[in-house]
Amino acid sequence: MIEIKDITKTYGSGEMALQALKGVSFTINDGEFVAIMGPSGSGKSTLMHILGCLDIPTSGTYFLDGKDVSKMEDDELAEIRKDKIGFVFQSFNLLPRTTVLRNVMLPLIYAGVDEENREERASTSLLAAGLTKTHFSHLSNELSGGQIQRVAIARALVNDPSLILADEPTGNLDSKTGEIVLSTFQELNEKQGCTVVLITHEQHVAAHARRIITLRDGVILSDHRNRPGQTT
Amino acid sequence: MKFGDILQETYTALSANKIRSGLTVLGIVIGISSVIAMVSIGQGAQSSIQSSIQSLGSNLIEITPGAQGGPGSQVSSGRGTARSLTQGDADAIASQVTNIAAVASEVSGRYQITARGTNTNTSVDGVTSAYPQIRNIQIAEGSFITDQENTSLAKVAVLGPTARDDLFGVGAVGVVGQIIRIKNLEFTVIGITVSKGSSGFNNQDDMIYIPATSAEQYLAGNQYLSTIDVQATDASVMTQVQNDITDLLLTRHNISNPAQADFSVLNESTLLATANSITQTFTILLAAVAGISLIVGGIGIMNMMLTTVTERTREIGLRKAIGAKQGDISLQFLTEAVALTLVGGTIGIILGVAISLGVSYSGVIHTTVSWIAIVLAFGVSAIIGIIFGYYPARRAASLNPIEALRYE
Ligand SMILES: Nc1ncnc2c1ncn2[C@@H]1O[C@H](COP(=O)(O)OP(=O)(O)O)[C@@H](O)[C@H]1O
Ligand SMILES: [Mg+2]
Repeated sequence: MIEIKDITKTYGSGEMALQALKGVSFTINDGEFVAIMGPSGSGKSTLMHILGCLDIPTSGTYFLDGKDVSKMEDDELAEIRKDKIGFVFQSFNLLPRTTVLRNVMLPLIYAGVDEENREERASTSLLAAGLTKTHFSHLSNELSGGQIQRVAIARALVNDPSLILADEPTGNLDSKTGEIVLSTFQELNEKQGCTVVLITHEQHVAAHARRIITLRDGVILSDHRNRPGQTT
Repeated sequence: MKFGDILQETYTALSANKIRSGLTVLGIVIGISSVIAMVSIGQGAQSSIQSSIQSLGSNLIEITPGAQGGPGSQVSSGRGTARSLTQGDADAIASQVTNIAAVASEVSGRYQITARGTNTNTSVDGVTSAYPQIRNIQIAEGSFITDQENTSLAKVAVLGPTARDDLFGVGAVGVVGQIIRIKNLEFTVIGITVSKGSSGFNNQDDMIYIPATSAEQYLAGNQYLSTIDVQATDASVMTQVQNDITDLLLTRHNISNPAQADFSVLNESTLLATANSITQTFTILLAAVAGISLIVGGIGIMNMMLTTVTERTREIGLRKAIGAKQGDISLQFLTEAVALTLVGGTIGIILGVAISLGVSYSGVIHTTVSWIAIVLAFGVSAIIGIIFGYYPARRAASLNPIEALRYE
């Protein structure tokens, strides 16, 4: 569960200071599929870095699964990322010259999981992300854009995170491939109960989520359930 | 992160850019191999000089005419050309100094020698019968000069193998009994010495020995000796023998101030120590030059690692995002640097040993590769990897994951 309260983030100081987040609060429960929307420069990526424990807020609190992570040191944050968070970025998701399987195993390698388990868990999540065994030994630079994103999703999944964070995951894809990737997220959320937070500036991407939080100039503009008839 | 995983990452990273890794390794290869080759050549030179000094004779003390030299003394007239030592001095040493095994006198010079139409210019050494014992000389054929021949001023000669080859042809037989002409005087060959090999300052094979008295009488034309060779009974009494000889000769020559002595007493072990310290300095100098190239190789490693860190900024960001700690990142880059130096070190050791074996094989110097040098070289290359890899690794580890991910 994610609970953030009055989060602010200021870049720089003095004259040059820029407040990217100006007091953001919300709670995301386990199993939710949330889209964070907003125009470019509204603070989406800044929020995602804080949610993903890549950065800490200037002020405010952030409880992840009941643990305050808003004032942690570098290595403590790394520990949280390793155990609880899976990332899918817009680009440069995979290590070059490395096989698909090893890319997905990487979080497990850092987590110190032993070799037999690693391979098994990596192939399970690759299959769950919609890839087939034939892809496993491909090098990451031999894949198409859509395949790369699905491998990234598999990697995000592999260590059973509390939260999967995706920053514009379809930004570099054509709309058809984008739809496939988005439905992969949807499926994982519905079938496996993963918490997914999707960051996008596009309405049709956000439409896949069941809750949409809209940001503008570092504050929440709206936070509403998407589509009727879905469980809350 | 397990060690096996780090090694796999290292292999992937280094083999991704084989040419660059190869060139970086080359720097270390050159450094390490030249250190090993230089040290082994230096040590080879040292032992070759040592053995050639020892082949001059064991427990040897050499007395030569001429001033002692040294700080504050007048510029000495060339040693050996001065006239101050006589057979009387040699006899006095033999009878009055204790712990002496043998004393031999030498009257040396270079003369034109002819035999059966061939002709050569070589050293002629007038010696006494104790000479072979003191100088480790063995007789291959015939006999050496006796006291009787010295007393009777006999015109007899013993040839070194090189002198024999020059005068009578390589490996000539039946030379004993033949006549050679030194300064146009006829001498009968009575013996040939065993070859001692040509290593050393003066070639003891290219020599002709005649009785010392004959050399004084017929060749030098005066009664002065060019060297008195003294063999002490034991290495432990060398200093005592040296001091006693000095005192005795000062008294005999009526000199009260030792600084004005008209002779010098050279102790073989001091000669050995001096030569050792010279070759050691020489070895250190060579190793230092090679060591500099090792440092240059290390800087090459650092340069490559810094470039790599910059190039792989986004990769580092990604690794951090998926849970790599600072320690994981710095260990990875440090391992890459150390792997480069260890590969370089290993090839360098092989190359260095090959070079010194090649030098041995070519016969210039018999080199000795010591295990210590190899172990040291390996350790040094690992340390260079750590030292020059540390800064780039720290730099990689401390990258901010957000900045790293954003990096274009
Ligand atoms: N590292 C940074 N240093 C300074 N300003 C930044 C930094 N990151 C983001 N910003 C600024 O913060 C604001 C929000 O940026 P961002 O969170 O990237 O927005 P979005 O992802 O919605 O486009 C922008 O004005 C951006 O220029
Ligand atoms: Mg953004």
